[in-house]
Amino acid sequence: MVENATCNCACSEELTEEEMILQLDELIGEYQNKPGGLIPALQIVQSRFGYLPESVLKKISRDFGKPYSEVAGVVSFYSFFSTVPRGKNMVRVCLGTACYVRGGKEVLASVKKELGIDVGETTENRQFSLDVGRCFGACGLAPVIMVNDDVHQRVKPSKIGELLRAYAISEEGVTQ
Amino acid sequence: MRKLIINGKPIEAPDGATILDAAKHAGIRIPTLCFLENREPIGACRVCLVEVTGARTLLSACSTPVSEGMEVKTNSPRVRAARKQVVELLLSEHDGNCPVCDRNQDCELQNLASELGIREIAYEGEKAKARIDDSTPALVRDNSKCIKCRRCVTVCSEMQGVGALYPQGRGFDTMIGPAFTLDLDGVACVQCGQCAAICPVGAISEKSHIESVWKALEDPTKTVVVQTAPAIRAALGECFDCEPGTLVTGKMTTALRELGFDAVFDTDFAADLTIMEEGTELLTRLKKALVDGEEVPLPMFTSCSPGWINFAEYYYPQFLPNLSTCKSPQQMFGAVAKTYYAQKIGVKPDDLIVVSVMPCTAKKFECGREEMNDSGARDVDYVLTTREIGRMIKEAGIDFMSLEDSKMDAPMGLSSGAADIFANTGGVMEAALRTAYEIVTGRSLPMENLHVKPVAGLEGIKEASIKIEGAVSDWSFLEGVTVNVAVAHGLGNARRLLERIKNGEKSYHFVEIMTCPGGCIGGGGQPRFTDDSVRLKRINAIYAEDEGKTVRKSHENEAVQQLYKEFLGAPLGEKSHHLLHTHYHEKDVV
Repeated sequence: MVENATCNCACSEELTEEEMILQLDELIGEYQNKPGGLIPALQIVQSRFGYLPESVLKKISRDFGKPYSEVAGVVSFYSFFSTVPRGKNMVRVCLGTACYVRGGKEVLASVKKELGIDVGETTENRQFSLDVGRCFGACGLAPVIMVNDDVHQRVKPSKIGELLRAYAISEEGVTQ
Repeated sequence: MRKLIINGKPIEAPDGATILDAAKHAGIRIPTLCFLENREPIGACRVCLVEVTGARTLLSACSTPVSEGMEVKTNSPRVRAARKQVVELLLSEHDGNCPVCDRNQDCELQNLASELGIREIAYEGEKAKARIDDSTPALVRDNSKCIKCRRCVTVCSEMQGVGALYPQGRGFDTMIGPAFTLDLDGVACVQCGQCAAICPVGAISEKSHIESVWKALEDPTKTVVVQTAPAIRAALGECFDCEPGTLVTGKMTTALRELGFDAVFDTDFAADLTIMEEGTELLTRLKKALVDGEEVPLPMFTSCSPGWINFAEYYYPQFLPNLSTCKSPQQMFGAVAKTYYAQKIGVKPDDLIVVSVMPCTAKKFECGREEMNDSGARDVDYVLTTREIGRMIKEAGIDFMSLEDSKMDAPMGLSSGAADIFANTGGVMEAALRTAYEIVTGRSLPMENLHVKPVAGLEGIKEASIKIEGAVSDWSFLEGVTVNVAVAHGLGNARRLLERIKNGEKSYHFVEIMTCPGGCIGGGGQPRFTDDSVRLKRINAIYAEDEGKTVRKSHENEAVQQLYKEFLGAPLGEKSHHLLHTHYHEKDVV
């Protein structure tokens, strides 16, 4: 998408909302007057900062000349967008038709249990966030979960703990 | 033109017409819930489904253009079954406790269910989540009744250019409302109530003052007076099944007396007073600009419409100095009633209750503004919409249509024809010009029947230029000056006009802005359903009311002259300044 969109909020120091606002022009200024520019702009900001804080969305609403209700409507429509900070690792469990019938629900239950959070929540140590997806286009490999950009196929509920621990270790060298 | 067949009947329709347009033209009714005239169809409700030969599925009539040789059935078994199913699905998630709903007997969904003969709802599903938002003084929203037709979204964003409402969330959990389902008072809503006027169901309504008014009427320690806005007389009849545009001034007056109001007065009186103040304010600004060479904010904008005031405070604060400082007629009335009239009848302002009947929901907001208590008490206590007063009359068991006509009480029930036309777009401008021209030249406005034709009618933005000739000595500095005026109605049009003024594309001396399309006759508190044909009928009725009056210029209103003589002194004088004028504040949008 964009070169500097890889941050995904894994920076050691977190930006304040004021600092985010200062970066907005550079990040998404070119989309302001483009028809259909709102969604790509929101994607860039979400990817860069990991979430879309209220003050940032209000600034986007003013800069793009779009009612705040509309910006909020777009943000709340797409599950990719979040208005609260997310964990370093984004876990998405597919509950599309194929994954659903092949045990997606059990996988989800196992993830919830392992992380101790519900859908839409983030672990206290900000390591993991959990969401459900509706088909990642890998139905032949069902059930599927995605962690960040990695697709894990034919996952078993019993192996979820191991799978997630690898992410916690690989990034910080400690288990959660 | 395209030739097509609807229900076996050959008809012609212009290129680009939709099946719905063509059918309507041919006198064939296709039910709709989300459709709005003059707006892009969105096909959200699926109620207008029709069968088109050769098409695999049923098509929505509102969004399908006609084509040559098309064969359409609007009343086949397949169509009827599908429509029924669509409405049943809507009803299955709708909080349908009809007998206690604000919209009982006045609901498009209820009517449609009746029309389609729905006797049971085959689907038992989850109901929409109830979420009542009564955060604003003007409006109450109830999401459990919303059918997500999005009409309110369209009028709020496209017609009014406000955009306070938008679908939030996704799928079954979608809620129509402000950003992130905040309450309305947390966003830049101007409280015009066009959403409430257009809502097909009971999801958005005015906040009712009916119970408070009943209570006041029953209180023996209170004197309760009522004022009715000019737009009510041309619309109240619709609450009693009259044709739109039926004038019911006399019956309305009798009904208000029967309800128990101690005096029945007219906002028209205050409209005449407004012209005296606002006309003088305009001429004073022009004098400062042209003679004294002072920097004065021009154009001057009218300030009668509280939705427009909110809009300016939110979106165009740079124009706040341009707004006339005049309070709206409703508030002028309240301030004068609780001082001048209260003194006259020997009642303390606190014991005088002023009730307004307004075509407007924003007036409910306006009467609660903290600036609006210059009489020493709240200038206006309660505001009823046209719909609410209609309901009260019914509740009291008054047979409205069989009432005798009667006249309003003196002194605050006396008015000129110029005040009547405050009800419609172009009317305040015309009324102001009738008086200002005459003050400056000593002669009547030189226009047929005193009407300023270029600023009348439903075009969104209108302009006129009037050359001053033969100015009297006091106003000789205006000799030969061409006064340029503009009129906009509907805040979307207002925004377009303001942008032109801001960019320097246009310059005017005086600009009238009314919040609602058509002006107050199309207000958010008027009987439903208001479309352009209804607006025009109400406007024509208002002009007829004006032409039927012997006094047609505000400065000739003897009761207003007497008010100045006995109480106020002169327009823009110290007392006027204190009671009849106000100030505005910038407000944050987001």
